[in-house]
Amino acid sequence: MEEIYQEYIIELYKNPRNYGEIPDSERAEVSNPTCGDRITLFLKIRDGIVQNAKFTGHGCAISQASASLFTGFIRGKSLEELSGVGKEDVLSLLRIDLSRNPTRMRCALLPLDALKKLLKDVLP
Amino acid sequence: MMWRKGAMPPTWREKMLDAKKIRKDFPVFDTGIIYLDSAATSQKPRQVIEAVSNFYKTKNSNVARGLYRIAEEATMAYESVRKKAASFINAREAGEIIFTRNTTEGANLVMRGWGEKNMGKGGKVATTMLEHHTNFVPWQVLAKRKGAEFAVAEITDEGLLDEADLEQKIRGASLVAVSAASNVLGTMPDTKKICRIAHDNGALCFVDAAQYAPSIPVNVKEMGCDFLAFSGHKMLAPFGAGVLYGRHDILEDMDPLLYGSEMIREVHPDHSEWAEIPHKFEAGTPAVDAVVGLGAAMDYLSSAGLENIRNHEMELVKLMLERLSEIKGLEILGPEDPGRRGALVAFTVEGVHPHDISAMLSEDNVCVRSGHHCAMPLHTRLGVAASTRASVYLYNTKEDIDALAESLHKVEKLFK
Repeated sequence: MEEIYQEYIIELYKNPRNYGEIPDSERAEVSNPTCGDRITLFLKIRDGIVQNAKFTGHGCAISQASASLFTGFIRGKSLEELSGVGKEDVLSLLRIDLSRNPTRMRCALLPLDALKKLLKDVLP
Repeated sequence: MMWRKGAMPPTWREKMLDAKKIRKDFPVFDTGIIYLDSAATSQKPRQVIEAVSNFYKTKNSNVARGLYRIAEEATMAYESVRKKAASFINAREAGEIIFTRNTTEGANLVMRGWGEKNMGKGGKVATTMLEHHTNFVPWQVLAKRKGAEFAVAEITDEGLLDEADLEQKIRGASLVAVSAASNVLGTMPDTKKICRIAHDNGALCFVDAAQYAPSIPVNVKEMGCDFLAFSGHKMLAPFGAGVLYGRHDILEDMDPLLYGSEMIREVHPDHSEWAEIPHKFEAGTPAVDAVVGLGAAMDYLSSAGLENIRNHEMELVKLMLERLSEIKGLEILGPEDPGRRGALVAFTVEGVHPHDISAMLSEDNVCVRSGHHCAMPLHTRLGVAASTRASVYLYNTKEDIDALAESLHKVEKLFK
């Protein structure tokens, strides 16, 4: 488990990247009832391209680090590319093995859940 | 308190619990875990596991049906646990003991069987901010369905029940639901006093004893409660066997929760009649194995002595409160006095999410619970999203507390 708590993960938890709201953007909020983690994802989309991606919320180190990395990853992607983003992308961003930790996996995938919700509910 | 070995009076020595010896009865400790989550579920001793296994090997058959030898033996085994449970909580008779799956089912049985029948529009249920969802949600739903008032008594900043507020909220209520020990703060409200106030106001009192019955002697007659529920799995028994105690005259007048087999006396094409209490509340084939295990668990607890268990827990909680105060940024939730709290300590650490704490502790094999512990209103009141909880039972040792403290020091270092 300590391999999960790598220095960069803790660093991202303490100093998250891309944290904050984007005014006049598309947004989706998701939560994880087991630990109370909550994330709102903000996407500014122009001409079918993600111009900016940010998040707000609170939660454990894994969910927060994942959101920091994930928002950076989806910036500049087209809507078509976004629909192809999946679990493996998130895990390779995080670079930690969660295959034996199903509950922590849910924390890691929370930003992906937010993206899926946004694509499904918010965008036509 | 330190006792020199030679200076111990014999009566006191008898009261000491030999946790190291007790641990040997629990096969799960062979895995090397440091188990501090008994408030969620206790570990099971060999004696309980064997009782269940022996039931299947020698008596397996359905209860209250078959007339052959092992069926009679199964029925006797099942019913003998009912008698044991009655004496365990000092009920007047075995008929006041209803086997449920757990405390939640006990609360729902009262909600449906008593509440649906007796709670009316303009009625009122009173409970407290301390409660587990089990002793909160059923009454909230009942009040909503019936157009009744749902009153929640406040807690003080120290985490004690605001008794004056509860007394206020009890006025006009027909049911008061309170826990004997909080599963987060450990707070132990004065249930005897609350039952008396409830009765003075013409209300019945339901007591959630899930965190209390495992290590503190329950005396329903002295407490004066009308209902009391607890779960076997938190007191060494298998999953699936719990107890709801109800006063005889109230049970007589209550409706069943489930209808069908086992709970009937006669069935006709146009109507049916219910069995006597407690059988009218036990529809369908029960978890006979788990109930048999509950009997073995109560035997185990009685032979260790509940008072000894409670003393042992208080010693460990005292040590835990001391050791946890060493951790920078750690805040303990609930009363500071070990004598006023159950066998658990919940806490937060500034700058570290509870989920991360329990995951990192797990790396050292230390098992603690993180989250809102099924008490969301309480956590909201405390102003925290979640907390970490360490709980102890008869098999825990001072070494377990040392391991917890050492592991928390690592967390402190990693997140500093």
